[in-house]
Amino acid sequence: MKVYKRQKIQVYVVLSILLVVVMFPVYYAFVMATLSDKDSYSFPPKFLPSFHLIQNMREAWKSAKMGRLMFNSAFIAIVVALAKIVFSILAAFAFTYFGDFKGKYLFFSLILITHMLPLPVRLLPTYDLMKAFKWVNTYYALTVPFFASATGTLLFRQLFLTVPGSLADAARIDGAGPMRFLWHVLLPLSKTNMGALLLIEFNYIWNEYLWPLIITTTPEMRVVQIGIKMLLASEAQAADWNVIMAGTIMAMLPPLVMLLIFQKTFMEGFSMKEEK
Amino acid sequence: MHAQSRFPNKLLPYILLSPSIVVIAVFFIIPTVKSIYQSFFRVSPFGDRRIFVGFDNFVRLFNSPAYVQSLLRTLIFATAVVLIGLSFCMIVAVLLNQRIRGMSVFRTFFIWTYAISPAIAGTIWALMFNPATGPVVYLVKLLSGKSINWMNDGRLALAIVIVAAVWKMLGYNVIFYLAGLQAIPTELLEAASIDGANGIKRFFRVTFPLLSPTTFFLLIMNMLYAFFEVFGLIDIMTKGGPGNATEVLVYKLYKDGFISIDIGFASAQSVVLFVFVTVLTILQFRYTQQKVFYG
Repeated sequence: MKVYKRQKIQVYVVLSILLVVVMFPVYYAFVMATLSDKDSYSFPPKFLPSFHLIQNMREAWKSAKMGRLMFNSAFIAIVVALAKIVFSILAAFAFTYFGDFKGKYLFFSLILITHMLPLPVRLLPTYDLMKAFKWVNTYYALTVPFFASATGTLLFRQLFLTVPGSLADAARIDGAGPMRFLWHVLLPLSKTNMGALLLIEFNYIWNEYLWPLIITTTPEMRVVQIGIKMLLASEAQAADWNVIMAGTIMAMLPPLVMLLIFQKTFMEGFSMKEEK
Repeated sequence: MHAQSRFPNKLLPYILLSPSIVVIAVFFIIPTVKSIYQSFFRVSPFGDRRIFVGFDNFVRLFNSPAYVQSLLRTLIFATAVVLIGLSFCMIVAVLLNQRIRGMSVFRTFFIWTYAISPAIAGTIWALMFNPATGPVVYLVKLLSGKSINWMNDGRLALAIVIVAAVWKMLGYNVIFYLAGLQAIPTELLEAASIDGANGIKRFFRVTFPLLSPTTFFLLIMNMLYAFFEVFGLIDIMTKGGPGNATEVLVYKLYKDGFISIDIGFASAQSVVLFVFVTVLTILQFRYTQQKVFYG
Protein backbone atom coordinates (compact mmCIF):
# COMPACT_ATOMS: atom_id res chain seq x y z
CA MET A 1 0.00 0.00 0.00
CA LYS A 2 1.09 3.54 -0.68
CA VAL A 3 2.48 5.37 2.27
CA TYR A 4 2.82 9.11 2.08
CA LYS A 5 5.90 11.01 3.00
CA ARG A 6 4.58 12.63 6.15
CA GLN A 7 3.30 9.30 7.38
CA LYS A 8 6.66 7.74 6.61
CA ILE A 9 8.41 10.26 8.81
CA GLN A 10 5.90 9.68 11.58
CA VAL A 11 6.48 5.94 11.43
CA TYR A 12 10.25 6.43 11.54
CA VAL A 13 10.02 8.75 14.52
CA VAL A 14 7.67 6.55 16.54
CA LEU A 15 9.67 3.41 15.79
CA SER A 16 12.93 5.12 16.66
CA ILE A 17 11.60 6.25 20.02
CA LEU A 18 10.29 2.76 20.79
CA LEU A 19 13.56 1.27 19.66
CA VAL A 20 15.58 3.51 21.97
CA VAL A 21 13.38 2.49 24.90
CA VAL A 22 13.61 -1.21 24.05
CA MET A 23 17.33 -1.18 23.34
CA PHE A 24 18.46 1.04 26.18
CA PRO A 25 18.86 -1.76 28.76
CA VAL A 26 21.15 -3.65 26.40
CA TYR A 27 23.08 -0.53 25.54
CA TYR A 28 23.54 0.21 29.19
CA ALA A 29 24.56 -3.37 29.93
CA PHE A 30 27.24 -2.99 27.25
CA VAL A 31 28.41 0.35 28.66
CA MET A 32 28.62 -1.22 32.10
CA ALA A 33 30.75 -4.06 30.74
CA THR A 34 33.30 -1.51 29.50
CA LEU A 35 33.67 0.48 32.73
CA SER A 36 36.47 0.34 35.26
CA ASP A 37 35.67 -0.97 38.74
CA LYS A 38 35.52 2.53 40.12
CA ASP A 39 33.23 3.90 37.39
CA SER A 40 30.92 0.91 37.64
CA TYR A 41 29.46 2.13 40.90
CA SER A 42 29.50 5.83 40.30
CA PHE A 43 26.27 7.71 40.94
CA PRO A 44 25.03 9.35 38.75
CA PRO A 45 25.78 6.37 36.50
CA LYS A 46 28.05 6.64 33.46
CA PHE A 47 26.26 6.45 30.14
CA LEU A 48 29.22 6.35 27.77
CA PRO A 49 31.45 3.33 27.20
CA SER A 50 35.02 3.20 28.43
CA PHE A 51 37.94 0.91 27.59
CA HIS A 52 37.83 -1.93 30.11
CA LEU A 53 35.74 -4.45 28.19
CA ILE A 54 38.52 -6.96 27.57
CA GLN A 55 39.75 -6.72 31.12
CA ASN A 56 36.24 -7.27 32.52
CA MET A 57 35.64 -10.18 30.21
CA ARG A 58 38.89 -11.74 31.31
CA GLU A 59 37.88 -11.28 34.93
CA ALA A 60 34.45 -12.84 34.32
CA TRP A 61 36.06 -15.64 32.31
CA LYS A 62 38.32 -16.45 35.24
CA SER A 63 35.95 -15.94 38.13
CA ALA A 64 33.00 -17.90 36.66
CA LYS A 65 35.07 -20.33 34.57
CA MET A 66 33.19 -19.02 31.56
CA GLY A 67 35.22 -21.04 29.07
CA ARG A 68 34.02 -24.31 30.49
CA LEU A 69 30.45 -23.06 30.85
CA MET A 70 30.32 -21.80 27.28
CA PHE A 71 31.61 -25.13 26.07
CA ASN A 72 29.01 -27.03 28.08
CA SER A 73 26.16 -24.87 26.87
CA ALA A 74 27.26 -25.02 23.24
CA PHE A 75 27.82 -28.75 23.39
CA ILE A 76 24.46 -29.65 24.89
CA ALA A 77 22.59 -27.14 22.70
CA ILE A 78 24.09 -28.55 19.50
CA VAL A 79 23.61 -32.18 20.53
CA VAL A 80 19.97 -31.60 21.50
CA ALA A 81 19.18 -29.54 18.38
CA LEU A 82 20.65 -32.18 16.07
CA ALA A 83 18.97 -35.05 17.91
CA LYS A 84 15.64 -33.26 17.76
CA ILE A 85 16.02 -32.72 14.03
CA VAL A 86 16.86 -36.39 13.40
CA PHE A 87 14.18 -37.77 15.73
CA SER A 88 11.47 -35.55 14.35
CA ILE A 89 12.32 -36.16 10.70
CA LEU A 90 12.13 -39.91 11.29
CA ALA A 91 8.83 -39.59 13.12
CA ALA A 92 7.34 -37.25 10.53
CA PHE A 93 8.37 -39.64 7.76
CA ALA A 94 6.66 -42.52 9.59
CA PHE A 95 3.47 -40.48 9.88
CA THR A 96 3.29 -39.48 6.24
CA TYR A 97 4.39 -42.34 3.99
CA PHE A 98 3.18 -45.56 5.54
CA GLY A 99 -0.59 -45.29 5.46
CA ASP A 100 -2.67 -46.05 8.54
CA PHE A 101 -0.50 -48.48 10.42
CA LYS A 102 -1.77 -49.73 13.76
CA GLY A 103 -1.31 -47.29 16.63
CA LYS A 104 -0.51 -44.35 14.35
CA TYR A 105 -2.96 -41.97 16.01
CA LEU A 106 -1.94 -43.05 19.49
CA PHE A 107 1.71 -42.33 18.69
CA PHE A 108 0.80 -39.03 17.09
CA SER A 109 -1.13 -37.99 20.20
CA LEU A 110 1.77 -39.07 22.40
CA ILE A 111 4.09 -36.76 20.52
CA LEU A 112 1.62 -33.87 20.66
CA ILE A 113 1.08 -34.42 24.37
CA THR A 114 4.65 -33.39 25.17
CA HIS A 115 3.47 -29.81 24.68
CA MET A 116 1.19 -30.26 27.64
CA LEU A 117 3.96 -31.46 29.91
CA PRO A 118 6.42 -28.66 30.62
CA LEU A 119 9.16 -29.56 33.07
CA PRO A 120 7.49 -28.17 36.24
CA VAL A 121 4.62 -30.63 35.76
CA ARG A 122 7.02 -33.58 36.10
CA LEU A 123 9.89 -31.94 37.94
CA LEU A 124 10.43 -34.19 40.97
CA PRO A 125 9.89 -37.58 39.28
CA THR A 126 12.19 -36.63 36.40
CA TYR A 127 14.83 -35.72 38.92
CA ASP A 128 14.29 -39.04 40.72
CA LEU A 129 14.62 -40.82 37.41
CA MET A 130 18.00 -39.17 36.83
CA LYS A 131 19.09 -40.36 40.25
CA ALA A 132 17.94 -43.88 39.42
CA PHE A 133 19.85 -43.77 36.11
CA LYS A 134 22.88 -42.29 37.92
CA TRP A 135 22.68 -39.41 35.44
CA VAL A 136 22.74 -36.55 37.97
CA ASN A 137 25.45 -34.08 37.00
CA THR A 138 26.14 -35.67 33.59
CA TYR A 139 25.74 -34.61 29.97
CA TYR A 140 23.15 -37.38 29.59
CA ALA A 141 20.81 -35.63 31.99
CA LEU A 142 21.33 -32.32 30.24
CA THR A 143 20.56 -33.70 26.78
CA VAL A 144 18.68 -37.01 26.45
CA PRO A 145 15.39 -35.98 28.13
CA PHE A 146 15.05 -33.23 25.50
CA PHE A 147 15.47 -35.35 22.38
CA ALA A 148 11.83 -35.63 21.32
CA SER A 149 10.23 -32.66 19.59
CA ALA A 150 6.55 -32.14 18.90
CA THR A 151 7.32 -28.85 17.18
CA GLY A 152 9.82 -30.52 14.88
CA THR A 153 7.62 -33.52 14.12
CA LEU A 154 4.71 -31.27 13.19
CA LEU A 155 6.91 -28.96 11.16
CA PHE A 156 8.41 -31.76 9.05
CA ARG A 157 5.13 -33.65 8.80
CA GLN A 158 3.50 -30.59 7.35
CA LEU A 159 6.29 -30.21 4.83
CA PHE A 160 6.23 -33.87 3.82
CA LEU A 161 2.48 -33.66 3.26
CA THR A 162 3.03 -31.04 0.59
CA VAL A 163 5.39 -33.33 -1.33
CA PRO A 164 3.38 -35.02 -4.12
CA GLY A 165 2.80 -38.69 -3.31
CA SER A 166 3.57 -39.59 -6.90
CA LEU A 167 7.24 -38.84 -6.19
CA ALA A 168 7.32 -41.66 -3.67
CA ASP A 169 5.51 -43.96 -6.08
CA ALA A 170 8.04 -43.16 -8.77
CA ALA A 171 10.88 -43.85 -6.36
CA ARG A 172 9.36 -47.18 -5.39
CA ILE A 173 8.86 -48.22 -8.98
CA ASP A 174 12.49 -47.31 -9.66
CA GLY A 175 13.40 -49.71 -6.88
CA ALA A 176 14.41 -47.13 -4.28
CA GLY A 177 13.55 -48.09 -0.71
CA PRO A 178 11.91 -45.67 1.75
CA MET A 179 15.17 -44.70 3.44
CA ARG A 180 16.75 -43.77 0.11
CA PHE A 181 13.68 -41.75 -0.74
CA LEU A 182 13.92 -39.98 2.61
CA TRP A 183 17.62 -39.28 2.13
CA HIS A 184 17.62 -38.23 -1.52
CA VAL A 185 14.22 -36.56 -1.95
CA LEU A 186 12.81 -35.38 1.39
CA LEU A 187 15.98 -34.26 3.15
CA PRO A 188 17.07 -31.79 0.47
CA LEU A 189 13.59 -30.26 0.64
CA SER A 190 13.84 -29.90 4.41
CA LYS A 191 16.77 -27.51 4.64
CA THR A 192 14.70 -24.45 5.52
CA ASN A 193 12.85 -26.31 8.22
CA MET A 194 16.08 -27.72 9.59
CA GLY A 195 17.55 -24.23 9.82
CA ALA A 196 14.48 -22.92 11.61
CA LEU A 197 14.44 -25.84 14.02
CA LEU A 198 18.16 -25.59 14.68
CA LEU A 199 17.75 -21.95 15.67
CA ILE A 200 14.72 -22.56 17.88
CA GLU A 201 16.14 -25.55 19.69
CA PHE A 202 19.66 -24.20 20.06
CA ASN A 203 18.24 -21.09 21.71
CA TYR A 204 15.85 -23.10 23.81
CA ILE A 205 18.59 -25.28 25.28
CA TRP A 206 21.17 -22.51 25.57
CA ASN A 207 18.66 -20.45 27.54
CA GLU A 208 17.31 -23.27 29.73
CA TYR A 209 17.79 -22.54 33.42
CA LEU A 210 15.67 -24.59 35.83
CA TRP A 211 16.80 -28.05 34.72
CA PRO A 212 20.57 -27.36 34.73
CA LEU A 213 20.15 -25.62 38.08
CA ILE A 214 18.80 -28.72 39.77
CA ILE A 215 20.60 -31.42 37.80
CA THR A 216 24.18 -30.12 37.88
CA THR A 217 26.11 -30.06 41.12
CA THR A 218 29.74 -29.29 40.26
CA PRO A 219 31.26 -26.21 38.60
CA GLU A 220 32.58 -28.27 35.64
CA MET A 221 29.08 -29.37 34.62
CA ARG A 222 27.37 -26.00 34.95
CA VAL A 223 25.99 -24.13 31.97
CA VAL A 224 26.32 -20.49 31.09
CA GLN A 225 22.94 -19.39 32.49
CA ILE A 226 23.86 -20.75 35.90
CA GLY A 227 27.26 -19.08 35.52
CA ILE A 228 25.45 -15.72 35.49
CA LYS A 229 23.82 -16.64 38.78
CA MET A 230 27.23 -17.56 40.20
CA LEU A 231 28.75 -14.31 38.98
CA LEU A 232 25.91 -12.38 40.57
CA ALA A 233 26.35 -14.20 43.84
CA SER A 234 30.11 -13.73 43.98
CA GLU A 235 30.37 -10.25 42.51
CA ALA A 236 27.19 -8.54 43.66
CA GLN A 237 28.39 -7.83 47.18
CA ALA A 238 31.27 -5.92 45.70
CA ALA A 239 28.82 -4.40 43.18
CA ASP A 240 31.13 -5.42 40.35
CA TRP A 241 28.42 -4.95 37.78
CA ASN A 242 31.03 -4.37 35.10
CA VAL A 243 32.28 -7.94 35.44
CA ILE A 244 28.76 -9.36 35.73
CA MET A 245 27.74 -7.58 32.54
CA ALA A 246 30.87 -8.69 30.70
CA GLY A 247 29.86 -12.27 31.53
CA THR A 248 26.25 -11.62 30.59
CA ILE A 249 27.24 -10.30 27.18
CA MET A 250 29.33 -13.39 26.50
CA ALA A 251 26.39 -15.57 27.51
CA MET A 252 23.96 -13.86 25.16
CA LEU A 253 26.17 -13.65 22.08
CA PRO A 254 25.91 -17.22 20.70
CA PRO A 255 22.08 -17.35 20.43
CA LEU A 256 22.15 -13.85 19.01
CA VAL A 257 24.62 -14.84 16.31
CA MET A 258 22.45 -17.87 15.56
CA LEU A 259 19.43 -15.62 15.19
CA LEU A 260 21.25 -13.29 12.81
CA ILE A 261 22.52 -16.17 10.70
CA PHE A 262 19.22 -18.00 10.52
CA GLN A 263 16.86 -15.05 10.67
CA LYS A 264 15.80 -15.35 7.05
CA THR A 265 15.52 -19.13 7.13
CA PHE A 266 13.60 -18.86 10.35
CA MET A 267 11.05 -16.42 8.98
CA GLU A 268 10.67 -18.51 5.80
CA GLY A 269 10.21 -21.80 7.62
CA PHE A 270 7.78 -20.03 9.80
CA SER A 271 5.67 -18.25 7.19
CA MET A 272 5.35 -21.49 5.26
CA LYS A 273 3.78 -22.95 8.35
CA GLU A 274 1.46 -19.97 8.73
CA GLU A 275 -0.08 -20.47 5.32
CA LYS A 276 -1.78 -23.65 6.34
CA MET B 1 -1.80 -37.56 6.42
CA HIS B 2 -1.49 -39.40 3.15
CA ALA B 3 -4.32 -41.89 3.35
CA GLN B 4 -2.72 -44.61 1.33
CA SER B 5 0.58 -46.18 2.04
CA ARG B 6 3.37 -45.19 -0.32
CA PHE B 7 5.70 -47.82 0.97
CA PRO B 8 4.52 -51.31 1.85
CA ASN B 9 6.89 -51.85 4.81
CA LYS B 10 5.05 -53.02 7.89
CA LEU B 11 7.75 -52.75 10.51
CA LEU B 12 9.63 -49.67 9.36
CA PRO B 13 7.22 -46.97 10.65
CA TYR B 14 7.54 -48.37 14.17
CA ILE B 15 11.31 -48.36 13.95
CA LEU B 16 11.23 -44.76 12.71
CA LEU B 17 8.98 -43.71 15.57
CA SER B 18 10.76 -45.60 18.31
CA PRO B 19 13.41 -43.00 19.21
CA SER B 20 10.81 -40.28 19.84
CA ILE B 21 8.34 -42.60 21.54
CA VAL B 22 10.94 -44.05 23.92
CA VAL B 23 12.08 -40.58 24.98
CA ILE B 24 8.51 -39.40 25.46
CA ALA B 25 7.46 -42.47 27.42
CA VAL B 26 10.48 -42.41 29.73
CA PHE B 27 10.92 -38.68 30.32
CA PHE B 28 7.40 -37.33 29.86
CA ILE B 29 4.66 -39.88 30.42
CA ILE B 30 6.12 -41.91 33.30
CA PRO B 31 7.26 -38.87 35.34
CA THR B 32 3.89 -37.16 34.85
CA VAL B 33 1.99 -40.23 35.98
CA LYS B 34 4.33 -40.44 38.95
CA SER B 35 3.71 -36.77 39.77
CA ILE B 36 -0.01 -37.48 39.90
CA TYR B 37 0.54 -40.66 41.91
CA GLN B 38 2.82 -38.95 44.43
CA SER B 39 0.35 -36.14 44.96
CA PHE B 40 -1.82 -38.65 46.86
CA PHE B 41 0.95 -39.57 49.28
CA ARG B 42 2.83 -38.04 52.09
CA VAL B 43 6.47 -38.86 51.46
CA SER B 44 9.35 -38.57 53.91
CA PRO B 45 12.12 -36.21 52.75
CA PHE B 46 14.43 -39.08 51.86
CA GLY B 47 11.66 -40.79 49.94
CA ASP B 48 11.96 -43.97 51.98
CA ARG B 49 8.49 -43.93 53.55
CA ARG B 50 5.17 -42.99 52.01
CA ILE B 51 1.64 -42.92 53.39
CA PHE B 52 -1.46 -42.72 51.22
CA VAL B 53 -3.36 -39.57 52.22
CA GLY B 54 -5.98 -39.24 49.46
CA PHE B 55 -6.67 -35.64 48.54
CA ASP B 56 -5.04 -34.37 51.70
CA ASN B 57 -2.17 -32.65 49.86
CA PHE B 58 -4.65 -30.72 47.72
CA VAL B 59 -6.69 -29.73 50.77
CA ARG B 60 -3.49 -28.55 52.41
CA LEU B 61 -2.57 -26.68 49.24
CA PHE B 62 -5.77 -24.69 48.94
CA ASN B 63 -5.90 -24.03 52.66
CA SER B 64 -2.39 -22.67 52.60
CA PRO B 65 -2.52 -18.86 52.42
CA ALA B 66 0.99 -18.82 50.96
CA TYR B 67 -0.10 -21.04 48.07
CA VAL B 68 -3.36 -19.22 47.36
CA GLN B 69 -1.49 -15.92 47.39
CA SER B 70 1.11 -17.32 45.05
CA LEU B 71 -1.66 -18.50 42.73
CA LEU B 72 -3.29 -15.06 42.68
CA ARG B 73 0.08 -13.39 42.20
CA THR B 74 0.82 -15.64 39.26
CA LEU B 75 -2.52 -14.78 37.68
CA ILE B 76 -1.85 -11.07 38.09
CA PHE B 77 1.65 -11.49 36.73
CA ALA B 78 0.50 -13.54 33.73
CA THR B 79 -2.37 -11.19 32.92
CA ALA B 80 -0.06 -8.19 33.00
CA VAL B 81 2.55 -9.92 30.85
CA VAL B 82 -0.08 -10.86 28.27
CA LEU B 83 -1.92 -7.53 28.13
CA ILE B 84 1.11 -5.28 28.09
CA GLY B 85 3.18 -7.54 25.87
CA LEU B 86 0.56 -8.23 23.23
CA SER B 87 -0.76 -4.69 22.87
CA PHE B 88 2.72 -3.21 22.64
CA CYS B 89 3.95 -5.83 20.19
CA MET B 90 0.92 -5.57 17.96
CA ILE B 91 1.49 -1.84 17.57
CA VAL B 92 5.19 -2.32 16.91
CA ALA B 93 4.49 -5.02 14.33
CA VAL B 94 1.92 -2.90 12.51
CA LEU B 95 4.46 -0.09 12.28
CA LEU B 96 7.19 -2.49 11.15
CA ASN B 97 4.92 -3.91 8.48
CA GLN B 98 4.76 -0.60 6.56
CA ARG B 99 6.45 -0.77 3.22
CA ILE B 100 9.10 1.79 3.91
CA ARG B 101 12.78 1.63 3.20
CA GLY B 102 14.94 0.60 6.13
CA MET B 103 12.23 -1.44 7.84
CA SER B 104 14.23 -4.64 7.68
CA VAL B 105 16.91 -3.05 9.86
CA PHE B 106 14.29 -1.97 12.37
CA ARG B 107 12.80 -5.46 12.24
CA THR B 108 16.09 -7.10 13.14
CA PHE B 109 16.49 -4.78 16.12
CA PHE B 110 13.00 -5.48 17.41
CA ILE B 111 13.03 -9.25 17.12
CA TRP B 112 16.37 -9.98 18.66
CA THR B 113 15.23 -10.09 22.29
CA TYR B 114 13.96 -13.50 21.15
CA ALA B 115 17.53 -14.72 21.60
CA ILE B 116 17.84 -13.46 25.19
CA SER B 117 17.20 -15.90 28.01
CA PRO B 118 14.88 -15.09 30.92
CA ALA B 119 17.89 -15.28 33.25
CA ILE B 120 19.84 -12.75 31.22
CA ALA B 121 16.83 -10.47 30.89
CA GLY B 122 16.56 -10.65 34.67
CA THR B 123 20.23 -9.76 35.13
CA ILE B 124 20.01 -6.76 32.83
CA TRP B 125 16.89 -5.41 34.49
CA ALA B 126 18.36 -5.97 37.94
CA LEU B 127 21.17 -3.70 36.78
CA MET B 128 18.72 -1.09 35.46
CA PHE B 129 16.95 -0.92 38.82
CA ASN B 130 19.97 -1.52 41.03
CA PRO B 131 19.00 0.53 44.14
CA ALA B 132 22.44 2.08 44.57
CA THR B 133 23.46 3.04 41.05
CA GLY B 134 20.83 1.89 38.52
CA PRO B 135 20.05 4.31 35.69
CA VAL B 136 16.28 4.06 36.17
CA VAL B 137 16.69 4.72 39.88
CA TYR B 138 18.82 7.71 38.93
CA LEU B 139 16.22 8.95 36.46
CA VAL B 140 13.40 8.67 39.00
CA LYS B 141 15.50 10.52 41.57
CA LEU B 142 16.25 13.24 39.05
CA LEU B 143 12.60 13.70 38.12
CA SER B 144 10.86 13.23 41.47
CA GLY B 145 13.58 13.47 44.09
CA LYS B 146 12.56 10.06 45.46
CA SER B 147 14.83 7.07 45.92
CA ILE B 148 13.16 3.85 44.86
CA ASN B 149 14.32 0.49 46.15
CA TRP B 150 12.63 -2.60 44.81
CA MET B 151 14.58 -4.79 47.21
CA ASN B 152 12.22 -3.70 50.00
CA ASP B 153 9.13 -2.73 48.01
CA GLY B 154 7.11 -5.79 47.02
CA ARG B 155 4.79 -4.05 44.57
CA LEU B 156 7.63 -2.34 42.79
CA ALA B 157 9.50 -5.64 42.62
CA LEU B 158 6.50 -7.33 40.99
CA ALA B 159 6.17 -4.46 38.52
CA ILE B 160 9.85 -4.68 37.56
CA VAL B 161 9.68 -8.44 37.15
CA ILE B 162 6.70 -7.89 34.83
CA VAL B 163 8.65 -5.32 32.81
CA ALA B 164 11.60 -7.68 32.44
CA ALA B 165 9.34 -10.59 31.47
CA VAL B 166 7.50 -8.53 28.84
CA TRP B 167 10.76 -7.19 27.45
CA LYS B 168 12.16 -10.67 26.98
CA MET B 169 9.09 -11.75 24.98
CA LEU B 170 9.06 -8.72 22.64
CA GLY B 171 11.04 -10.48 19.94
CA TYR B 172 8.90 -13.60 19.96
CA ASN B 173 5.63 -11.69 19.84
CA VAL B 174 6.77 -9.31 17.12
CA ILE B 175 7.95 -12.23 14.95
CA PHE B 176 4.53 -13.87 15.12
CA TYR B 177 2.60 -10.65 14.64
CA LEU B 178 4.69 -9.81 11.59
CA ALA B 179 3.95 -13.21 10.10
CA GLY B 180 0.26 -12.73 10.88
CA LEU B 181 0.28 -9.32 9.22
CA GLN B 182 1.98 -10.63 6.13
CA ALA B 183 -0.89 -13.06 5.69
CA ILE B 184 -3.41 -10.21 5.48
CA PRO B 185 -4.14 -9.47 1.81
CA THR B 186 -3.18 -5.90 1.00
CA GLU B 187 -6.26 -5.59 -1.25
CA LEU B 188 -8.40 -5.64 1.87
CA LEU B 189 -6.56 -2.70 3.39
CA GLU B 190 -6.57 -0.89 0.08
CA ALA B 191 -10.30 -1.41 -0.30
CA ALA B 192 -10.86 -0.05 3.18
CA SER B 193 -8.62 2.86 2.32
CA ILE B 194 -10.62 3.66 -0.84
CA ASP B 195 -13.78 3.52 1.24
CA GLY B 196 -12.31 6.38 3.21
CA ALA B 197 -11.11 4.58 6.32
CA ASN B 198 -8.11 6.32 7.87
CA GLY B 199 -5.16 4.53 9.44
CA ILE B 200 -6.68 4.07 12.87
CA LYS B 201 -10.05 2.96 11.50
CA ARG B 202 -8.32 0.53 9.15
CA PHE B 203 -6.43 -0.89 12.10
CA PHE B 204 -9.52 -1.51 14.21
CA ARG B 205 -11.86 -2.60 11.40
CA VAL B 206 -9.52 -4.73 9.32
CA THR B 207 -6.11 -5.45 10.83
CA PHE B 208 -7.13 -6.12 14.42
CA PRO B 209 -9.87 -8.67 13.66
CA LEU B 210 -7.80 -10.43 11.02
CA LEU B 211 -4.95 -10.73 13.50
CA SER B 212 -7.14 -12.37 16.12
CA PRO B 213 -5.94 -15.95 15.40
CA THR B 214 -2.37 -14.77 15.94
CA THR B 215 -3.41 -12.87 19.05
CA PHE B 216 -5.15 -15.91 20.46
CA PHE B 217 -2.17 -18.11 19.75
CA LEU B 218 0.19 -15.59 21.37
CA LEU B 219 -2.15 -15.25 24.33
CA ILE B 220 -1.78 -18.95 25.04
CA MET B 221 1.97 -18.95 24.45
CA ASN B 222 2.49 -15.91 26.68
CA MET B 223 0.36 -17.46 29.42
CA LEU B 224 2.46 -20.62 29.28
CA TYR B 225 5.60 -18.49 29.31
CA ALA B 226 4.41 -16.47 32.30
CA PHE B 227 3.57 -19.62 34.20
CA PHE B 228 6.51 -21.84 33.32
CA GLU B 229 9.40 -20.07 31.67
CA VAL B 230 10.06 -17.19 34.04
CA PHE B 231 11.78 -19.28 36.67
CA GLY B 232 15.27 -18.08 35.72
CA LEU B 233 14.19 -14.47 35.65
CA ILE B 234 12.69 -14.68 39.14
CA ASP B 235 15.58 -16.68 40.56
CA ILE B 236 18.12 -14.16 39.30
CA MET B 237 16.18 -11.01 40.17
CA THR B 238 14.32 -11.57 43.40
CA LYS B 239 14.34 -15.23 44.51
CA GLY B 240 10.63 -14.71 45.07
CA GLY B 241 11.13 -11.77 47.40
CA PRO B 242 10.99 -9.29 48.97
CA GLY B 243 8.87 -11.30 51.40
CA ASN B 244 6.94 -13.44 48.95
CA ALA B 245 6.04 -10.56 46.64
CA THR B 246 7.31 -12.21 43.45
CA GLU B 247 6.95 -15.86 44.39
CA VAL B 248 5.04 -17.24 41.41
CA LEU B 249 3.81 -20.83 41.30
CA VAL B 250 6.78 -22.35 39.52
CA TYR B 251 9.15 -20.75 42.02
CA LYS B 252 7.10 -21.99 44.94
CA LEU B 253 7.11 -25.47 43.46
CA TYR B 254 10.89 -25.40 43.24
CA LYS B 255 11.22 -24.18 46.82
CA ASP B 256 8.81 -26.71 48.27
CA GLY B 257 10.20 -29.56 46.19
CA PHE B 258 13.92 -28.95 46.32
CA ILE B 259 14.57 -26.78 49.36
CA SER B 260 11.88 -27.77 51.89
CA ILE B 261 11.62 -31.23 50.24
CA ASP B 262 7.89 -31.64 50.85
CA ILE B 263 7.39 -34.12 48.02
CA GLY B 264 3.66 -34.81 48.28
CA PHE B 265 2.91 -31.12 48.61
CA ALA B 266 5.12 -30.20 45.66
CA SER B 267 3.63 -33.00 43.55
CA ALA B 268 0.15 -31.65 44.22
CA GLN B 269 1.42 -28.30 42.92
CA SER B 270 2.67 -30.04 39.78
CA VAL B 271 -0.77 -31.54 39.28
CA VAL B 272 -2.44 -28.13 39.58
CA LEU B 273 -0.05 -26.79 36.95
CA PHE B 274 -0.84 -29.80 34.78
CA VAL B 275 -4.57 -29.07 34.99
CA PHE B 276 -3.87 -25.49 34.04
CA VAL B 277 -1.73 -26.34 31.04
CA THR B 278 -4.26 -28.95 29.91
CA VAL B 279 -7.04 -26.37 29.88
CA LEU B 280 -4.90 -23.96 27.88
CA THR B 281 -3.96 -26.65 25.37
CA ILE B 282 -7.56 -27.75 24.88
CA LEU B 283 -8.53 -24.13 24.26
CA GLN B 284 -5.71 -23.86 21.78
CA PHE B 285 -6.75 -26.93 19.82
CA ARG B 286 -10.41 -26.13 19.89
CA TYR B 287 -10.20 -22.53 18.79
CA THR B 288 -7.31 -22.46 16.38
CA GLN B 289 -6.46 -24.30 13.25
CA GLN B 290 -2.85 -23.60 13.87
CA LYS B 291 -1.44 -26.68 15.48
CA VAL B 292 2.22 -25.98 15.22
CA PHE B 293 3.84 -23.88 17.81
CA TYR B 294 7.36 -23.10 18.65
CA GLY B 295 8.55 -23.34 22.19
